[in-house]
Amino acid sequence: MKQITAVFVAIFCWVAPALAAIEIKELKTPGGFTVWYIPEPAIPMISLEIGFRGGPLLDPDDKAGAAYLMTGLLEEGAGEYDSVAFAKRVEELSASFDFDATTEAITISTQFLKANTDEVVELLRLSLNEPNFDDVAFARVKAQVQSIVARRATDQGDIASDYFNSVAYANHAYGRPFQGTEQTIANLTQDDVRDAHKRSFAKDRIYIGAVGDFTEAELSDIVDKLFSALPETGGDFPDTTEFAAASTTHIVEFDSPQSIAVWGHEGIKQDDPDFFPAFVMNRILGGGGFGSRLTEEVRVKRGLTYGVSSYLASRDLAQFYGGQVASSNDRIADAIDVIRSEWKRMAEGGVTDEELEDAIRNMTGSYVLRFDGNAQIASILRYSQMDNFPIDYPANRNSFIEAVTKEDIARVAKRLLREEDLFFVVVGNPEGLEAEVVTRN
Amino acid sequence: MRFALLVIFIFSFLKLPAWALGEVSTHTLENGLEIVVIEDHRAPIVTHMVWYRVGAADEPPGKSGIAHYLEHLLFKGTDTLAPGEFSEIVDANGGMDNAFTSYDYTGYFQRVAADRLELMMEMEADRMQNLRLTEEVVRPELDVVLEERNQRTDSNPSALFGEHRRTLMFTNHPYRNPVVGWRHEIENLTMQDALDFYKKFYAPNNAILIVAGDVDPQEVFALAEKHYGPNQPSDQIAERMRPQEPPKRAPVVTTFEDPQVRQPYMIREYFAPQRKAGDQKEAAALTVFAELFAGSGVTSFLGERLVLEEKSALNVSAWHGSLSYDPNTFGIWVLPAPGFEPEEMQDRLDEALKAFLDEGVDADHLERIKGSIRASEIFALDDQSGIARRYGMALTSGLTVQDVKAWPEVLNSVTAEDIIAAVTRLIDPKNSVTSFLRAPKEIAQ
Repeated sequence: MKQITAVFVAIFCWVAPALAAIEIKELKTPGGFTVWYIPEPAIPMISLEIGFRGGPLLDPDDKAGAAYLMTGLLEEGAGEYDSVAFAKRVEELSASFDFDATTEAITISTQFLKANTDEVVELLRLSLNEPNFDDVAFARVKAQVQSIVARRATDQGDIASDYFNSVAYANHAYGRPFQGTEQTIANLTQDDVRDAHKRSFAKDRIYIGAVGDFTEAELSDIVDKLFSALPETGGDFPDTTEFAAASTTHIVEFDSPQSIAVWGHEGIKQDDPDFFPAFVMNRILGGGGFGSRLTEEVRVKRGLTYGVSSYLASRDLAQFYGGQVASSNDRIADAIDVIRSEWKRMAEGGVTDEELEDAIRNMTGSYVLRFDGNAQIASILRYSQMDNFPIDYPANRNSFIEAVTKEDIARVAKRLLREEDLFFVVVGNPEGLEAEVVTRN
Repeated sequence: MRFALLVIFIFSFLKLPAWALGEVSTHTLENGLEIVVIEDHRAPIVTHMVWYRVGAADEPPGKSGIAHYLEHLLFKGTDTLAPGEFSEIVDANGGMDNAFTSYDYTGYFQRVAADRLELMMEMEADRMQNLRLTEEVVRPELDVVLEERNQRTDSNPSALFGEHRRTLMFTNHPYRNPVVGWRHEIENLTMQDALDFYKKFYAPNNAILIVAGDVDPQEVFALAEKHYGPNQPSDQIAERMRPQEPPKRAPVVTTFEDPQVRQPYMIREYFAPQRKAGDQKEAAALTVFAELFAGSGVTSFLGERLVLEEKSALNVSAWHGSLSYDPNTFGIWVLPAPGFEPEEMQDRLDEALKAFLDEGVDADHLERIKGSIRASEIFALDDQSGIARRYGMALTSGLTVQDVKAWPEVLNSVTAEDIIAAVTRLIDPKNSVTSFLRAPKEIAQ
């Protein structure tokens, strides 16, 4: 395989020009909105990605789930349209609207044909600014959310992450499921949903990305039509918080042939000067699928799992470093031992030159693969703003990764990875594991 | 946000890509390798896929899971590549790679910078013929597959329910076996089983090469000739003759209980015709019917009746397994509202089906759906690997490139009469399996 080894060193020459070709433009509309966009006339369609920071994070504790339920109601009637008329109108216009709530944001993804722009924009404007939240749709969607929350309560993976968060962020909005609980959802009223709407959508928390067949003037007009009527500000954001779980292992008993384990400890902020070294280190430890140490040691060498990974969870108001694995009940203890020893090995020894080279080559080379289609690119433009990156970040991102040295990683690994501090949650009937059996809160 | 209450594999044709603008070129090598090139010059990226016309439905009796296990083992080295090295090289070239197995196909793909295409071809052609396995790497991988089964099936009541339903719908056809395999059969799979399957089915005359992205078709054909051309065809490739279903003589009704179920539901499935080469009309009518009847939430016929009017259901959906080598299923899912049992949905569904046939097709609704089909042809151009996947699935299901290109127009030309006729043939109770997923009654709340 001489030939093969010979060709793959050429990759660096290619990466930079490809990304430079993706030139992101910034628009300030007369209405005061900032939009990142790329014109793409090849297909007569427009992809618009909108994000509102906060979302479910702004729900009071006793109203947890209100923003999630409200988001589900946005396509259930607005203005003169009831839910059926609204849905029919979306079908007539062949538009696609996707309203979604996540832990700390509400996102709206839309795709539509250029020819239908005016009608689609009007419909989207109505759904965002004048949703009906009428009795019938409210009762139906609330029952759907209750059904989802009930199912999450018996889903092994959801139990694991919900329990983990409830301990790690015991006194913070991050500690509760953003979908709400069976109790909080049951008590929600239409007024609660209207309050959530007021809290969530405002000019001071909106982020917009767009790719498609439009001129700058057309895009500016679309954005101002959609968002000019929004209030200046919305609900208050909670304070930042810290990872509060102690270094222990908790078992939540669950009848299943396998156990799911999630683990973590305090992480690193995205604006930390050592974030990029941590990012590359995580790729080598457990973030990169095949080739990462955890996959190699836990899956490939020992066959203890189908999937193991680690991740830097760097959120707006808190951050942790952790991971997840699933193994049969009689082998999960072995998997956890291996993970612990890999955590330690990285903290003490850092990475080799070869590992670092491979990781940099892959991370820089594969970045362009994310720019895969208009909808995908529009969403990158939206979340890059939400992550507070500068507009030239996509063009420069690879150079930040290339600049990471072995010494940088050794430094950040020593500071970040503390095997002795790890909090593990194991859901299942694990054998041979020293841990405290707990009941779910 | 659509509350997709359950992850069900839905063959929603609204997600079907279109074929019109992405230029498609084809060629066949002397050794039988078929090549499809789909051009997309927006970014210097390429998707490189090899699809084998072999899947779980082609496994020998008692060896369920061997097609999928072999797919895992294809990453375990060749005469010239060490175990794991394939993915390491893709990785080092800034690419991503993976593989997948289903009933009618096994596929391998890489997404990578367009100027890395030749390297991908060289390696993929190599492992088409030069796989080298050792017990040392094969054993732990069998454990990985068992863990995969644990994670995806054995710890998931909905997945176990799906396995159970298949055994009732397919009494003789190997679609009755899960793709991952039955646990007791996976446990006994050997390296020799994998190698026998590999030698029989992995050959250029049983494969389709699909390349989508920023490429010149003539260059792709030349590179394919260089790297795949020397591979020897297999003389063991025969027409795919799987045991077929006998006539079905009585409706099947089943209840699957699991204490972890908090969201009980009903699924009705019918044994249904698939898209056939040069003959896609019946499947097209059923695909459009799925949308009309339960495809789009509250605007669908069933959604309007059960969800809006009766309020007996929270959600409904329907799908048609139209891409399949042998006849497959048409399914309807109903999630009961609180206070209703899944069993109560059965009569309501039957009444709705009868009403649909009595009332006929709503012309406006049909027109809206056709508008969406036309729009989806434009949106699909934005999804390079999606188009590549659809060609792979179609060609391994016995269809031709021409069939794939014709499909949007076949859908567009479906009439109200076609739909009524196809549904009348479909809903023979003897061809049905009605199934309920629920918690045991004594602990159900």
